[in-house]
Amino acid sequence: MKWETVIGLEVHTQLATRSKIFSGSSTAFGAAPNTQASAVDIALPGVLPVLNKGAVECAIKFGLAIGATLNRVNVFDRKNYFYPDLPKGYQISQLAKPIVEGGALTILVDGEEITVNLTRAHMEEDAGKSLHEDFHGMTGIDLNRAGTPLLEIVSEPEMRSSAEAVAYARALHTLVTWIGICDGNMQEGSFRVDANVSVRPVGQAEFGTRREIKNLNSFKFLQQAIDYEVRWQIETLEDGGRIEQATVLFDPDTGETRMMRSKEDAHDYRYFPDPDLLPVKLDEEWVEAVRAALPELPAAMQARFQRDYGVSPYDAGVLTGSRALADYFETVAKTCGQGKLAANWVMGELSATLNKAELDIAQSPVPAARLGALITRIQDGTLSGKLAKQVFEGLWEGAGEVDAIIEARGLKQLSDSGELETIIDEVLAANPKSVEEFRSGKEKAFNALVGQVMKASRGKANPAQVNELLKRKLG
Amino acid sequence: MSDTSLSALAAQLAAKQISSRELAQQYLDRIAALNPSINAFITVDAHKTLAEAADADALIAAGKAGPLTGVPIAHKDIFCTHGWLTTCGSKMLHNFVAPYDAHVIQRFKAAGMPSLGKTNMDEFAMGSSNETSYFGAVRNPWNTGYVPGGSSGGAAACVAARMAPAATGTDTGGSIRQPAALCGITGLKPTYGLVSRFGMIAFASSLDQAGPMAPSAKDCALLLNVMTGFDPNDSTSLERQKEDYTRDLDKPLTGLRVGLPREFFAEGLNNEVAAAVEAAVAELKRLGATTVEISLANSGLAIPVYYVLAPAEASSNLSRFDGVRYGYRAPEYATLDDMYCKTRAQGFGAEVRRRIMIGAYVLSHGYYDAYYLQAQKIRRLIADDFSEAFEACDIILGPTAPGTAFRLGEKSDDPVEMYLNDLYTIPANLAGLPGMSLPCGFDSSGLPIGLQLVGNYFSEAKMLNVAHQFQRATDWHARAPEGLR
Repeated sequence: MKWETVIGLEVHTQLATRSKIFSGSSTAFGAAPNTQASAVDIALPGVLPVLNKGAVECAIKFGLAIGATLNRVNVFDRKNYFYPDLPKGYQISQLAKPIVEGGALTILVDGEEITVNLTRAHMEEDAGKSLHEDFHGMTGIDLNRAGTPLLEIVSEPEMRSSAEAVAYARALHTLVTWIGICDGNMQEGSFRVDANVSVRPVGQAEFGTRREIKNLNSFKFLQQAIDYEVRWQIETLEDGGRIEQATVLFDPDTGETRMMRSKEDAHDYRYFPDPDLLPVKLDEEWVEAVRAALPELPAAMQARFQRDYGVSPYDAGVLTGSRALADYFETVAKTCGQGKLAANWVMGELSATLNKAELDIAQSPVPAARLGALITRIQDGTLSGKLAKQVFEGLWEGAGEVDAIIEARGLKQLSDSGELETIIDEVLAANPKSVEEFRSGKEKAFNALVGQVMKASRGKANPAQVNELLKRKLG
Repeated sequence: MSDTSLSALAAQLAAKQISSRELAQQYLDRIAALNPSINAFITVDAHKTLAEAADADALIAAGKAGPLTGVPIAHKDIFCTHGWLTTCGSKMLHNFVAPYDAHVIQRFKAAGMPSLGKTNMDEFAMGSSNETSYFGAVRNPWNTGYVPGGSSGGAAACVAARMAPAATGTDTGGSIRQPAALCGITGLKPTYGLVSRFGMIAFASSLDQAGPMAPSAKDCALLLNVMTGFDPNDSTSLERQKEDYTRDLDKPLTGLRVGLPREFFAEGLNNEVAAAVEAAVAELKRLGATTVEISLANSGLAIPVYYVLAPAEASSNLSRFDGVRYGYRAPEYATLDDMYCKTRAQGFGAEVRRRIMIGAYVLSHGYYDAYYLQAQKIRRLIADDFSEAFEACDIILGPTAPGTAFRLGEKSDDPVEMYLNDLYTIPANLAGLPGMSLPCGFDSSGLPIGLQLVGNYFSEAKMLNVAHQFQRATDWHARAPEGLR
């Protein structure tokens, strides 16, 4: 039987506000346990939540960025359950009337554009952390994270492979960091993915029973977890078994998913509107002010890069992987006026060097304007590709402006034909064997002579000019 | 002490006839003498009270006194009070010392009013007799075999017994008005949102409202001036211009249209209470008011609606009492779930457990629409009834409770009978309207009878005006129980 995979993602993005969603405590990561937990965060008797407008603004930004409906009146609900890291015994979330409904993201998978529709996005507070190590059989509770604002973004079950799921998650990650509502730090839990996965025979209309893989904190794990889960579900069904609805965890060490709780263990969360908070009202003026302040979005920028700089759809996608990268590329392209060459350098030499040094584009030691100036010098014939790489090394080391490096290191391409002719004559005189081979029809000998000339010029000869002069002299 | 009204005490303090410390000491002495028989206070701390009184004396000496600076007040043990035990009448918080002040406490501290202590109450404000307190029942100063009402029973009893010149209370379904009625004092529940709920331990968030309890309407007006005001820490607090609630006290009642809801004088009302309320109506007419019969057609549904919504909110509000971070934790348990179960089974009393179970039930999957949503719809209808009624009248009048105080233990085994005591008070909470109770007579056993006024939103000044004019013409509020030992 042929099987089809169905995937929907729920992504928890931590909103980049300075203070928590319902209290004034800091949201900074990594502080000593319980030093960022106020009376409200630890749910002392009598305390009340006060909504942080900054969190609402983040949600509005997101809704606008994905072309969603913003519910002008949206409501906070209480989700009731007991757990030691949930101080109030309920989480404030949004169930019936979330702030964002609908919207879509377009992703590129194997050169094909796919639109993934979103169901909703709602604001909620994060829980604290339970620390099971170091307490000799007891559990420690750190409430620093309790009350950190989250936007839970739920997609429709429209993805059909782990590749699509990863592409969607990446596009979403790019978008939330792009519009500045999330720092995107997956190690610190700022962007956590839950994947709902099911399989069904190709052609069947109904969905299969889904299992939810919780808390995937890297794109690699997302892919591995889905691939394992899909294989497991198909094998189970083909062996005559049934899939039970369940929540599972992915173990990166074994590469397997394992059951966390079955549907029978599911909580009844007894949701109801939080009487401590008024419905959130979004007035038009506010929404329009947020819209006006939005940066150009990745999709619009991709279209513009293709149009203005002649880059391919794939390259446009890579170059808009982050706002910093896109801005970098655009500065390079504008400085040198060579879109394709700029794309090649940014995605090639620069990215490779950054990767090797484990640096982010924002930390690049080579400023975009300098890389642009380097490309300008290639274009005007001052530098060959090879020399340009040497200049790039200089730029990386912080040796100054492009022209200064060319000057100081003597990397200017030989373009004086008199000087070049002298070198060629010397090479021809020193390599009679090659000359003879060429004349007797061995094309390879020509390349050997070019190589010798380049070597004699210490790489500074213009290869095109060398070709031309050699041909004339041998011709 | 002869005239113990707040304005009289303030005048004596201002004239330096007495210091705040001396005044506080007089009340502390009376508390020490009477509290063993009344049990109105859970916590008394003379050292703290006198220190606060000394601060007030310094303010008076420096000429920085406000209208009530130096006058002491008792606070219901539902308000978090920095450095004071704050129990909410529960074993669950028997050891909880609040690390911060409730907004209401901050206001009274800023007004220079020393705290006389924390008053007894039904556990988590759930009760109408003060018998559910972990710290024992409060006794009615008019007859210590009777209940004082609840949940602000300690507050009402301490004011009635003149153990404090005034007290704070809270009212979710009648918890200020019903004990005020049963103890023969005046109490006011303001419009929802007028007084900040920050630091007031939540029972049912959409209904809870704090208010003043004192012998007279004038006292309540002065206290309301202190308590009200916008608080950014409470999202349901209303941003309004500050009012002087004493401004209309002396207005004549000529032309006042008093609405008498047919449903509040129907079956179930004690005859003696009905007679006293009718006499009060006659008195108001003599003062220039006219009456009009009105109908609050859905008020009969108020109790069932309340006993869906209040427990629903309470079941969630009380989830934080889990033994993890503060308060009571069961001494022995095997697992996390066992810790929760034992802690909550041992830490909460029977009435609180009953309401948590009702609340969890009505919110649970498959029942939410039938109970919670349906109750919310009827709540809207009840509010609409009032809006319509206020087109025909300026103020609504009726009994506060269907009867007078009952004997200790008399209704403890019948929760529904107990719940019916709040028949007339609950509708105002559901609608968010202000309501007050003032004394209007005594029954044949010498127990006080309460008259209830319900006003339109933000009409506290008008209600206080009506009550004050009534109290100028009568002396029910000035009577205090005699022979207390």
